[in-house]
Amino acid sequence: MATAVLESGERETYLNKEYGIKSWLLTVDHKRIALLYLVSITFFFFIGGFFALLIRLELLTPAGDLVQADTYNKLFTMHGQVMVFFFLIPAVPAVLGNFLIPIMIGAKDLAFPRVNLLSWYLYIIGGALMLYTILNGGVDTGWTFYTPLSTEFLNTHVVTAGLAIFVAGFSSILTGLNFVVTTHRMRAPGMTWSRLPLFVWAHYATSIIQLLGTPVLAITLLLVVCERLFHLGIFNPALGGDPLLFQHLFWFYSHPAVYIMILPGMGIVSEIVCCFSRKRIFGYTAMALALLGIAVVGFLVWAHHMFVAGISLYAAMIFSLLSYFVAVPSAIKVFNWTSTMYKGSITYQTPMLYAFGFIGLFTMGGLTGLFLASLGIDVHVTDTYFVVAHFHYIMVGGMVMAYLGGMHFWWPKISGRMYPEGWGRLAALLVFVGFNLTFFPQFILGYMGMPRRYWDYSHSPEFQILNVLSTAGATVLAVGYVLPMIYFLWSMRYGKPAPDNPWNAAGLEWMVPSPPPTFNFEEQPVVTWEAYNYDEIKEEVPVAQ
Amino acid sequence: MANNVDALYIFLLVVSGMMTVAIFTLVLVFAVRYRKRPGQRAEQIDGSHALEITWSLIPFCIFMVFFAWGAIIFFQERKPPQNSAEVYTVAKQWMWKFEHMEGQREINELHVPIGRDVKMIMTSQDVIHSFFVPAFRIKQDVLPGRYTVAWFHATKAGTYHLFCAEYCGTMHSGMVGSVVVMEPKDYEAWMGGGGNQPLAVTGEKLFTELGCVTCHRSDTQGRGPNLVSIFGKPVLLEDGRTVVADENYIRESILQPGAKIVNGFKPIMPTFQGQISDEQLNALVAYVKSLSQAPSGQTGGRKMATATP
Repeated sequence: MATAVLESGERETYLNKEYGIKSWLLTVDHKRIALLYLVSITFFFFIGGFFALLIRLELLTPAGDLVQADTYNKLFTMHGQVMVFFFLIPAVPAVLGNFLIPIMIGAKDLAFPRVNLLSWYLYIIGGALMLYTILNGGVDTGWTFYTPLSTEFLNTHVVTAGLAIFVAGFSSILTGLNFVVTTHRMRAPGMTWSRLPLFVWAHYATSIIQLLGTPVLAITLLLVVCERLFHLGIFNPALGGDPLLFQHLFWFYSHPAVYIMILPGMGIVSEIVCCFSRKRIFGYTAMALALLGIAVVGFLVWAHHMFVAGISLYAAMIFSLLSYFVAVPSAIKVFNWTSTMYKGSITYQTPMLYAFGFIGLFTMGGLTGLFLASLGIDVHVTDTYFVVAHFHYIMVGGMVMAYLGGMHFWWPKISGRMYPEGWGRLAALLVFVGFNLTFFPQFILGYMGMPRRYWDYSHSPEFQILNVLSTAGATVLAVGYVLPMIYFLWSMRYGKPAPDNPWNAAGLEWMVPSPPPTFNFEEQPVVTWEAYNYDEIKEEVPVAQ
Repeated sequence: MANNVDALYIFLLVVSGMMTVAIFTLVLVFAVRYRKRPGQRAEQIDGSHALEITWSLIPFCIFMVFFAWGAIIFFQERKPPQNSAEVYTVAKQWMWKFEHMEGQREINELHVPIGRDVKMIMTSQDVIHSFFVPAFRIKQDVLPGRYTVAWFHATKAGTYHLFCAEYCGTMHSGMVGSVVVMEPKDYEAWMGGGGNQPLAVTGEKLFTELGCVTCHRSDTQGRGPNLVSIFGKPVLLEDGRTVVADENYIRESILQPGAKIVNGFKPIMPTFQGQISDEQLNALVAYVKSLSQAPSGQTGGRKMATATP
């Protein structure tokens, strides 16, 4: 499939086939919908990031002096809700998954193109409700909506925030449904399950969680709304309800949701590590099984968020044990990525730098998770900055690093342009340094006992120095995040035109033109090779040095 | 307790630190050793079942040590010793209210002596709070509508931070206080000030004023169960279940008498939900507990000063 540039003009791609607002808003092309998602989640990412910066600025000094207490509570609440539900959960699946899964398995589109568009519109409706909530004064429940605080004791926009997430949840369910059906039914001839790229396996595992978990969140939020509006007495003990019931329901989704965020990231890292090591993945079967194992066992560990919440001694012990079970497949993945590099031929382009960052930060996030799973330690560090640091290592250090790595890796395919490699490496470095500077001090703060969600710590000035470091790191991190947005936009106009396979990478997506035509393949591809067949790929000098 | 937690923490730090160093070293060594060189191609390796099994089983065994050690500490943290001094705690937006068995009341400050086991019996008037003393390495959420329990044993005099660790609204970060640990003689002096009425005595008065005593008689079996010596014992219910009469059971029986009917009695008791405050409820619970520690009882200590004020 050559890139025949016609003399009469440009080759037809999904980008130049049609122009105008309508051709985008009514598109059913998975690649265009992926770009719609890209724009929307980037918007929400910067909103959530702005809240984070304000939080860090407030914590620069012990006294609560920059914003009011209520404002601070709204900031961390909306930071969490926007980042989790409107950025982290949709980011990789809805952008990169949407763009790549059909091409990777040799299909023209997802199984349900219109449902795919519907999922974006649901996301936008949810996002609009969230924006309405923010602009009307916000919400201060904490992203966790703990009852009875959220149902009886706050005067903020809990109902619209809950409904925003409720609606966005359906967008997530529909994306998951589309991926599961597409992976089962749309694979090209010869594309057997054992030849699927791990990126597709990761999204398959993720989609199962989205399908099975998200409805529980929807039900839970609806119950919160009902108790708030009609005083139904589900969670509030004063009305005969049980506040712990809420926590069980909430975490039944929200713990697996962590895997919705991280599994697609693991898929990306597998692709990148293989490509830049020029090697087949080490232990393909173990890697695929580990993804599924995490998805399944991940449903059985939710109450480790509740060890001090008032659950019974023996329930806590069982959930602690199960939490260690889920750590094993995560460990397997780290070992296999490392082993993939063994005897490779490694180069250090931007995506690989992000993959290195992911492996390091995910390892640290995972290992500190072992601290939290250990009951004796958890009692002390839960609800402190230790937990904050831990989940940011997984969700930002892991997931956002992987997302950025993936964006750089596939940007030539998506846009048809190369990004500037030097700037890319610089941004990767800034993100890595800024991230560690922001969140590593928080582990120490947590063990020292600084509770999370504290607006004012003037009673404990000993916390200040670490908070100053953290805030300094956040500014570096912010620069690291803004840079790629600038040079990606710049490259759309001024970047070097990308060849079809700038990295000499394996996989069907690199056999179609950059950017791909609307239906991806001019003729039905037939797969006769295993995944990551780097031994069969000619070593050319990569364009991006 | 703090030492045990720290020991496990250091063990975890060392083991996971070694794992981190090992992985980082391998990544760096491979990245440098196998960097792209002209004329050299990657060697394709499919994987190794033996390796996969090895690096599943070894971490798993290490994890089980983490689990077991953590569980043992947790088990101790959840089992207050028999003769602990008890402090009834009511949390509300945004303060901590403490009441000692001897009747002393405190707000946002808790005085305890060195060397005594202190059991916190806690409930909330509104939302969920969390009792967190970093220096003691303990934390326990405090819920509305039930009691939760934490305990500690202070060994060094000083003033320690007390934080609310569960987000509870506007002034969450203002819901802080301190635990003042004193030498026993200083504590006695602090305790001696002011003629306070022991909590169980307050409870006994309430028991009479609210009319509880007309049915729950202590000399004979009245229309309600005789409450002498029931605390901590199993109670046979009408539906055949058996429950242990702990603090939560007594609390529930006062607020929702219909929830668990004792075998052989009629569900005739009116509810006291909304009619008594959490402090009054605590006093009643303390009184009912004191009935199980008859003057001749050996459980001793000063905590149940029920016989005479």
